Amino acid sequence: MKFDTPAGHNPIDRMAVVGHPHDRIEGPLKTTGAAAYAAEHHHEVENSAYGYIIGSAIAKGHIASLDLSAARSAPGVLAIVTAQEAGKLGKSKHNTVKLLGGPQIDHYHQAIAVVVAETFEQARAAANLVLVEYTCETGSYDLAEALKSAPYVDSDGKQGKGAPSVCRFGDFEAAFDAAPVKLDAIYTTPDQSHMMMEPFATIALWRGDELMVWTATQMIDWGRTDLAKTLNIPQQKVRLISPYVGGGFGGKLFLRADAVMAALGARAVKRPVKIAMPRPLIPNNSTHRPATIQRIRIGANRDGAITAMAHESGSGDQPDGEPELAVNQSKLLYAGANRLTSMRLAVLDLPEGNAMRAPGEAPGMMALEIAIDEMAEKLGMDPILFRVKNDTPVDPHEPQRRFSQRNLVRCLEEGAERFDWRKRNPQPGQTRDGRWLIGLGMAAAFRNSMLISSGARVRLKPDGLIIVETDMTDIGTGSYTIIAQTAVEMMGVPLTQVQVKLADSNFPVSSGSGGQFGAASSTSGVYAACVKLRESVAQRLGFNVYDTTFADGMVTSGNRSAALIDAARAGELSEEDAIEPGDLEETYQISTFGSHFVEVGVDAYTGVVRVRRMLAVCDAGRILNPKSARSQVIGAMTMGVGGALMEDLVVDKRRGFFVNHDLAGYEVPVHLDIPHQEVVFLDGADDKANPMKAKGIGELGICGVGAAVANAVYNATGVRVRDYPITLDKHLDGLPALI
Amino acid sequence: MREFAYERVASLQDAAAKAASTPGAKFIAGGTNLVDLMKLEIETPTHLIDLNRLGLDKIEETDDGGLRIGAMVSNTDLAADLRVRKDYGALSRALLAGASGQLRNKASTGGNLLQRTRCPYFYDTNQPCNKRVPKSGCAAIGGYSRQLAIIGSSDSCIATHPSDMAVALRVLDAVVETVNSQGRTRAIPIADFHRLPGDTPDNETALEPGELITAVTLPRPIGGVHHYEKVRDRASYAFAVVSVAAVIQRDGTGRVALGGVAHKPWRIESAEALLPNGASAVVAQLLAGAKPARDNAFKLLLVERTLAAVIAQARAHEV
Ligand SMILES: Cc1cc2nc3c(=O)[nH]c(=O)nc-3n(C[C@H](O)[C@H](O)[C@H](O)COP(=O)(O)OP(=O)(O)OC[C@H]3O[C@@H](n4cnc5c(N)ncnc54)[C@H](O)[C@@H]3O)c2cc1C
Ligand code: SF4
Repeated sequence: MKFDTPAGHNPIDRMAVVGHPHDRIEGPLKTTGAAAYAAEHHHEVENSAYGYIIGSAIAKGHIASLDLSAARSAPGVLAIVTAQEAGKLGKSKHNTVKLLGGPQIDHYHQAIAVVVAETFEQARAAANLVLVEYTCETGSYDLAEALKSAPYVDSDGKQGKGAPSVCRFGDFEAAFDAAPVKLDAIYTTPDQSHMMMEPFATIALWRGDELMVWTATQMIDWGRTDLAKTLNIPQQKVRLISPYVGGGFGGKLFLRADAVMAALGARAVKRPVKIAMPRPLIPNNSTHRPATIQRIRIGANRDGAITAMAHESGSGDQPDGEPELAVNQSKLLYAGANRLTSMRLAVLDLPEGNAMRAPGEAPGMMALEIAIDEMAEKLGMDPILFRVKNDTPVDPHEPQRRFSQRNLVRCLEEGAERFDWRKRNPQPGQTRDGRWLIGLGMAAAFRNSMLISSGARVRLKPDGLIIVETDMTDIGTGSYTIIAQTAVEMMGVPLTQVQVKLADSNFPVSSGSGGQFGAASSTSGVYAACVKLRESVAQRLGFNVYDTTFADGMVTSGNRSAALIDAARAGELSEEDAIEPGDLEETYQISTFGSHFVEVGVDAYTGVVRVRRMLAVCDAGRILNPKSARSQVIGAMTMGVGGALMEDLVVDKRRGFFVNHDLAGYEVPVHLDIPHQEVVFLDGADDKANPMKAKGIGELGICGVGAAVANAVYNATGVRVRDYPITLDKHLDGLPALI
Repeated sequence: MREFAYERVASLQDAAAKAASTPGAKFIAGGTNLVDLMKLEIETPTHLIDLNRLGLDKIEETDDGGLRIGAMVSNTDLAADLRVRKDYGALSRALLAGASGQLRNKASTGGNLLQRTRCPYFYDTNQPCNKRVPKSGCAAIGGYSRQLAIIGSSDSCIATHPSDMAVALRVLDAVVETVNSQGRTRAIPIADFHRLPGDTPDNETALEPGELITAVTLPRPIGGVHHYEKVRDRASYAFAVVSVAAVIQRDGTGRVALGGVAHKPWRIESAEALLPNGASAVVAQLLAGAKPARDNAFKLLLVERTLAAVIAQARAHEV
């Protein structure tokens, strides 16, 4: 089904089931431990051996010698696979760096071998007996230093042909010079690790030349294609299964070393091999959100109208990598006739940078929304009014392109009302509660919403059961439930009569989970397949499909009516279709909006920051399931607090690695850090987005949170910190003197 | 993790004797630190002697009105003991500020004193670390040192001792009781129990090989208002950036010990005389000669401001 005209009235609009806060249908399996995650498929796979990955001990150079003899003769060891044993491997386009290193080493903890043994403990012990000697080379690990000579790049990381990749509109420099009020500031965000609960994990099993892989992934089809490409085998020979995933946050978008090494290990020992990556290996072995250094300049008239806006960002990555797209939102969020955005990309020899929840916007909004707060203060304006003043109904770079829907102002105003924003003292450092300095801060939220092609098969069984099959993943987000709700709404049956089967490469290819496109795209694919199934049901029953309704297990057309199950009496009906995006995204700018409000307390003595309450108001089209959507938003808000206050992969610039590479050293919020969160969804349905009229929510929730926290901290202390995370040491010496 | 033998013994004496006579032997208490380190092969004992079930899990009153805390009393039980809560509040607070509920249920009094540093380079066996591998160098010096020591460190090691409990014990003048392989007992004042790193950061305490902690004793209660202020980047489940244990008396005199600044709980008795003059006077002397790194120089100011918070609270408590 091609989606190239705005959705008209359709069966989803009934919202008898869609839009209701259903519990997760797989919830009981998860709370009882019955849901099998990647490393837990004991029923399907017996006799699996255990693999343990060895990561490089150096950041750059090559392996001078590798002595496997002691490890090979260690108890229980079945095989050791290195690059030499593996032979020539391919590399998929989604991986910047090869997943099995050696002899050349590209980054710290790059996999160089897998030890396979009878037990996990034996594999781990033997891994420590592998003796590796390295020849080190000097690498580039200091972003600020490397950016000094880094080129401008486009979003794909390539240097524009001819003209430099700087995006201009109007005459920024002249307008900025002329502006009576202006800001020019540098903001920095650190490298961050996804730190999802479930580690990378895979069980691989060869049957002849066919490979079965149970793995933790967000993208079944990419995983299958990229694993086949890496192993140089046809993709039809690979089957990937991933029914439950314990979080990914972008870390599991791509094929990683666990899957490759499990497949190589299993081939070597002719037995299934299981690998679960130890936490301390993850931050340097896998991908991370790259650090950024961002410069923002804003010029405005005294009435608050922005006349000039420039956002320039620099980030680093491995050779042939891509930049962090931190300037994207600055092209779209606020009005202003003269604009400039650019990105520079430095080559670093740190681990590969890549997508993490709201890549681009998350760090971009962390900077932009502090800058807006700073501008409002310079103008003597309330930061909400300043944002309202610069709202734009059109894409500022292409004024003929309107937003499909844009309720930013409503989000801001509704949030202000609910959060009691009036109570905020605009003068920072003035509000006390005992030893706590109290501050209120807010930021806008913004993230684009994409429709990705997504397929599904829907089967009506003779017993009336409806089975939905798609390779869509549920990474803890609630895909099972919203897909079931979609099928229920379309086919007019109770929820108990729908079975959802996900994340198997034998099923139709879906959007997968990422970029906050998963929910809307995958349910649209299911919608498309259900439209076809409705047609064949109508046909079987001899009804006219155009005026047929499906409700309460009955199919009705005019004054004729039949049980749905009757259509399958003669045999199962099965239909497959996919949603295919048209060019509506060129005509309209399709985005999601919101506002974040935060109250913090800052200990006047120690500078410790603690969040007291948070509110998000979201404008994301139709909300398919308010309960799972709320879970997405509160999770994103929590992650935003982590980014604002503690998350920081610290680079050792001499040795070239992330030092705090475990969950003791890399802090993420704990329950006590998040006392109170409220989420409000504006009613809405965006007919330009997709037939479900829904948009993304999982990433909108994190965009702007960090800045809202930062602005609240500033309101509490009067010390402006532009360098994330805002740890106490960054404002301690500016806090009020002690009596 | 290397293969190891596991053994239960009949008595403390046996435990100490076995430990001294078996190469590669170590005691295991709650295992919350030791087992983690064994998985990473930072500790590689070949023989573990279990200290559970040897009767070391009691808290008793001593003849001079103090408390004797068995080495195997869990952090949870110790923090909850009514006598500790009433008379040694700094200890109770310090324990509850540490780790998590689950860990405190397993963590023992003896094991807590002997837990090893949280220096990130100590945990990464690819990195040089004099504490882990003597004479291999120290990756932390000149590297990421935000959590590390600002005073009492050496050119060999700038690690801190991570225990909260030990800081409170230091301010309370606790004594560590031990027994060695010959059955000889010792009472080691907490001040002398942990060492500064010097040239041998791997040698962390006054214990001899095989020597076993049997108990920690607390002297008679000293009254005063008890504090434990732990500063950390998140609200729970994090090691101290710095911490201040203090007992402040009605007249403004008192005692102070610091965590998160040195290789051992840091206390300079002579500095305490300045308590009535306020935090900055005390800290000037307490941290005189500090040699912070760029990453952790802020701890000097942080200690001063944290102590000021403690003093202010103590004053508020009086009125
Ligand atoms: C995630 C995490 C967070 C933590 N957070 C904190 C925190 O915030 N604050 C804090 O203070 N601590 C914290 N800890 C550390 C925790 O307090 C210690 O791990 C615990 O106290 C160690 O006690 P244990 O009984 O488990 O010792 P074990 O691990 O059993 O033993 C530790 C060492 O002591 C030796 N040993 C044990 N008992 C004796 C004895 N009686 N005589 C001689 N030798 C002995 C062992 O041989 C071993 O070398 C944390 C630990 C973890 C894992
Ligand atoms: S500071 Fe001490 S523990 Fe840390 S790396 Fe140096 S020697 Fe090892």
